[in-house]
Amino acid sequence: MDLHEAQAYLQASLHEISEAFQKVPGSAVLIRYIQSSYQNDPVRSAIELILVIFFVRYLLSPSYPTHDPNYVKLREDEIDELVKEWEPEPLVSPQSALQEAEAEKVPVIVGPTGPKVKLANGRTVTNLASYNFYNLNASESIKEKAIQTLRTYGVGPCGPPQFYGTQDVHMNTEADIAAFLGTQSSILYAHAFSTITSVIPCFCKRGDVIVADKMVNYPIRKGLEASRSTIRWYNHNDMEDLEKVMSKVAQEQAKKKILTRRFIVTEGLFEMVGDCSDLPKLIELKEKYKFRLALDETNSFGVLGRNGRGLTEAQNVDSEAVDVIIGSLSGPLCAAGGFCAGSKDVVQHQRINAAAYTYSAALPAMSAVTASETLNVLQCNPDILIQCRENIRAMRAQLDPRSDWVKCTSDPENPVMLLVLKPEVIQSRRLTIEDQDRLFLECCEESLANGVLITRLKCMPLIDSLGPLNADVNIQPALKVCITSGLSKKEIEKAGITIRHAITKVMTRKTNRQANLSG
Amino acid sequence: MPRKISIPFTGSSTMSQSERPGERRPSQSRGNRLSQFFSSSPKAKDQLSAQQALMAMQNNSTPSITGPGLSLPSISLSTVATSEPHADEPPKTIFQPTSSSETSLQKRFEAQFGPLLHPTHRYVSKHHGEPLQAPVIDEPPYYYVLTTYISYLLLLALGHIRDFFGKRFSKKPLYRTLRAANGYAPLNDDFDSFYTRRLKLRIDDVFARTSTGVPGRFINLMDRVSDNFNESYNYLGTTTETLNMSSYNYLGFAQSEGPCANAVEECVRRFGLSFCSSRADAGTSDLVCEVEREIAAFVGKPSAMVFSMGFVTNASSFPALVSKGCLILSDELNHASIRLGARLSGAVIRSFKHNDMMDLEKRLREAIAQGQPRTHRPWKKILVAVEGLYSMEGTMCDLPGILNLKDTYKFALYVDEAHSVGALGPNGRGICDYFGIDPSRVDILMGTLTKSFGANGGYVAADKHIIDKLRSTNAATMLGESPTPAVLMQILASLKIITGEMVPGEGEERLQRIAFNSRYLRLGLKRLGLIVYGHDDSPIIPIALYNPAKISAFSHEMLKRKISVVVVGYPATPLISSRARFCVSSAHNKDDLDRLLAACDEVGDILQLKFSTGIAGGLKPLPEGVSPENEAAWRRANGLEGVIEAPRWSLEDVIALGAADAKVRLR
Repeated sequence: MDLHEAQAYLQASLHEISEAFQKVPGSAVLIRYIQSSYQNDPVRSAIELILVIFFVRYLLSPSYPTHDPNYVKLREDEIDELVKEWEPEPLVSPQSALQEAEAEKVPVIVGPTGPKVKLANGRTVTNLASYNFYNLNASESIKEKAIQTLRTYGVGPCGPPQFYGTQDVHMNTEADIAAFLGTQSSILYAHAFSTITSVIPCFCKRGDVIVADKMVNYPIRKGLEASRSTIRWYNHNDMEDLEKVMSKVAQEQAKKKILTRRFIVTEGLFEMVGDCSDLPKLIELKEKYKFRLALDETNSFGVLGRNGRGLTEAQNVDSEAVDVIIGSLSGPLCAAGGFCAGSKDVVQHQRINAAAYTYSAALPAMSAVTASETLNVLQCNPDILIQCRENIRAMRAQLDPRSDWVKCTSDPENPVMLLVLKPEVIQSRRLTIEDQDRLFLECCEESLANGVLITRLKCMPLIDSLGPLNADVNIQPALKVCITSGLSKKEIEKAGITIRHAITKVMTRKTNRQANLSG
Repeated sequence: MPRKISIPFTGSSTMSQSERPGERRPSQSRGNRLSQFFSSSPKAKDQLSAQQALMAMQNNSTPSITGPGLSLPSISLSTVATSEPHADEPPKTIFQPTSSSETSLQKRFEAQFGPLLHPTHRYVSKHHGEPLQAPVIDEPPYYYVLTTYISYLLLLALGHIRDFFGKRFSKKPLYRTLRAANGYAPLNDDFDSFYTRRLKLRIDDVFARTSTGVPGRFINLMDRVSDNFNESYNYLGTTTETLNMSSYNYLGFAQSEGPCANAVEECVRRFGLSFCSSRADAGTSDLVCEVEREIAAFVGKPSAMVFSMGFVTNASSFPALVSKGCLILSDELNHASIRLGARLSGAVIRSFKHNDMMDLEKRLREAIAQGQPRTHRPWKKILVAVEGLYSMEGTMCDLPGILNLKDTYKFALYVDEAHSVGALGPNGRGICDYFGIDPSRVDILMGTLTKSFGANGGYVAADKHIIDKLRSTNAATMLGESPTPAVLMQILASLKIITGEMVPGEGEERLQRIAFNSRYLRLGLKRLGLIVYGHDDSPIIPIALYNPAKISAFSHEMLKRKISVVVVGYPATPLISSRARFCVSSAHNKDDLDRLLAACDEVGDILQLKFSTGIAGGLKPLPEGVSPENEAAWRRANGLEGVIEAPRWSLEDVIALGAADAKVRLR
């Protein structure tokens, strides 16, 4: 009979299980314990059983809540309905009018860049929009070196630095940069723009304190964001305010008896304003309050100082006094990539911890060699810097004192001249930031029509990325005029006059005046 | 027609033999030598020329990539020009293919790009329609897992003990950055840098090996020694030429000779070194516009933009696409650049299990049903971010599966083709090409130009209105430097070779060679008994090492055999599954892969790496008359159900059968 068979089978298997159980060491003890406890006190056994069940459940449950407290449990058909109803926004919003106008007017250069460039419409214009300050781009000897490198190394290194992407040329260039600056060591990044964005989070973690200038550029801001550290701001180039902020941080930490890493982050030449920091004062403060200093020399490396070593050389500060120096090889040096210089420990730490170094392909060998070569030119031939500075003076004389509309906020030695509207102009016409940006767009256009290519400070990404918390940061749109030693003084003066007239023409244009009077 | 015999390493010697055909060849047998002596008949010469002719025939039958200048025809002056030929005069030729400079040039060329040995060593990388199966993950015996855990425990314990005493008593500079000194907090947290100092430093000499020259088929490593336990290295000034299994040189465009390099040289002479400006200022040249057009056409999207760095392409594109109130669903194994970009965008980030469509669907349903956290407002948009080919796993994303979900859940799709573009697909156009999917179904195709194109930088391709908007919101294009002319020209030239516009046939050969090489090597390694990760057609081939000590041991053993490989451990991989990774290239030929297989066979025995069970492939071929379709029936009939023999093939069999078997379904 089936039933009997099943019963027999059940009994056999039960017997097997109990035998197997009895073979487990300690099973006898357990059985005896349960038996005696049950005989003595059945209620206790029940409680024990419940405890065991609870314990097992506790062990199996996840250690954190899987859903936030306001999770709404829905039926499958309800979810289906929601899925059907959900309409996402378009992936990107349409371009704004200004963006569209801007995109249309991006000049397309045909052939090489230089002091005179040919545009796609066939005209040749004076180029005051590139960072080609010393016109090293045209140097035949450097080109020849680059081609030699191409014939030995190819173009790309085809791998990240940690996996066979490091080549001897990279090590040579790193040594050259360190020797040029006078630091212990340096590290090459493949992209200048992202260098500091990666360096800051490499040293500053959650809980650390960073004191930063309010006018720092976009990549620094992104770096600060990525670091998740506590950020304190000080007014632009205001050393008293900086000291106040620093002493406050020091006091707070002394009171709480904690010591975190503390950094000052600022720029050598400010991208957004054009002026330079007071480095001796910064060093004095940093040593007084035990902060470390990260100096972004992206715009000042190759520009300031007798040989272009940057702010440290210009203000006679030992470069080893600055903990972290970040610079670019892509601007006047005509190569590509960026670097970070500092002590051996600082550099070594980045080789595994800096995201843009570890997770990106190495710099092409050609660019590394080019950087070494151009550094050599700066070192051996500082006259080109003097020549460039004369041109800056010539241009400044044409624009700053003579224009009724704009003033130059840049340092007198900065070849990137930023021209902002004078405050009285902004006030009398009640110009918003967009208005100013639009006016400058027209200025660029007008100037280009007269044969001089200039550009604007691209401040919109930064302004857009600022939250309402940073409303007091007044970044002003500006015209950007980049001087090059590739032009004679006469040509620079002529271009200066053209720019000045273009500004005047745009500012006195009827439509611009009316629009703002009514507004 | 004099043609170079393509045998690696012996190239120059065969050349010299054909130069002096009358000379004795030491490798020949005695009888041969005697006959040669007496008869003075050039039997050896005949043999050689026959061999040569065969090779030439093989080479001729397919458009193969030869060295510069060597495919020139030779014209015999004596037969063409003169009316009365002098019989005793040796034939004059204009072209002397065997001059020493030519030979060295050829050798150099082949060190960067190996010649194709046989026309059948090609395969078309293409998906055949069936749903993409996740690769079977084999696991080693528990012994290896256990010893791996014990090794790590030991390393951690030792490290902590050394740190404890070192920080208190040692004066070594190693501890300087860990201690608060002089009122400054330590530069590194000891916890943060523990892994680097105590685990990585021990085997640091296998990382960041410095190279010189072109990272092509071979790579020259600078020899170095460390006498302070890898804290610093002394360079000996010598180099070692090793087989390059480490560079992302998928299509073999890392070359200093050939049409690409010539174009780049020309470009540097014309355009100079740099554009010295950001794209939005004065860095937009006609060259960059052309490259963008070509890339857009190549990947099959209306518009594209290029960046000067691949990492930045991701890091800056996400903030321009999504913002607060949006959701990013990211594959858990996505690259660091995607993670950074996602973090900077301000959107909510959730991850789903690697390539797991069920998990993705579950998370999508939950996200849409629950809305934003706290407010329960619907998400503004949902962006799913995946990679085409995962660089540490060798797996491809299940694009058909994702697209199925996309129709239902209306999310936007971002595919990072950093590794897959160029390396996959019958036309090298990436993951869409491989699966035969219309690229317009993917919203955003991103990729790098560093790997397959041998250049540098990255691109984003999408619909025109998306790219236009990105151009005016993406900070890296507005503020960062534009790519250099040399890099742009390398991209352009290599693209044109891939599409066949330049040097027709060469692009096709490169694409088919990498596909064959990938499958051949993968199959070979499986048959040897190693645990191999990833999909069959993927050119990234990781093998499992497990124990941390084997990471450095494997690399050292390979270096001894003059092969450079990438080894990775935690944190790039899960803690226990440290691995070595081979990156296959079109520049390799079967000889190179056989050399690697032989090395793996030896090292696998020395390091006990042959622990695969056979569930992931490498099985013995089915007997005659049994096809893969009725394999199950055959197994049932013979009582072999569930019986899987662990593959431990001999090297000879692997090499002999591999080339044919690599082209059929791998088993």
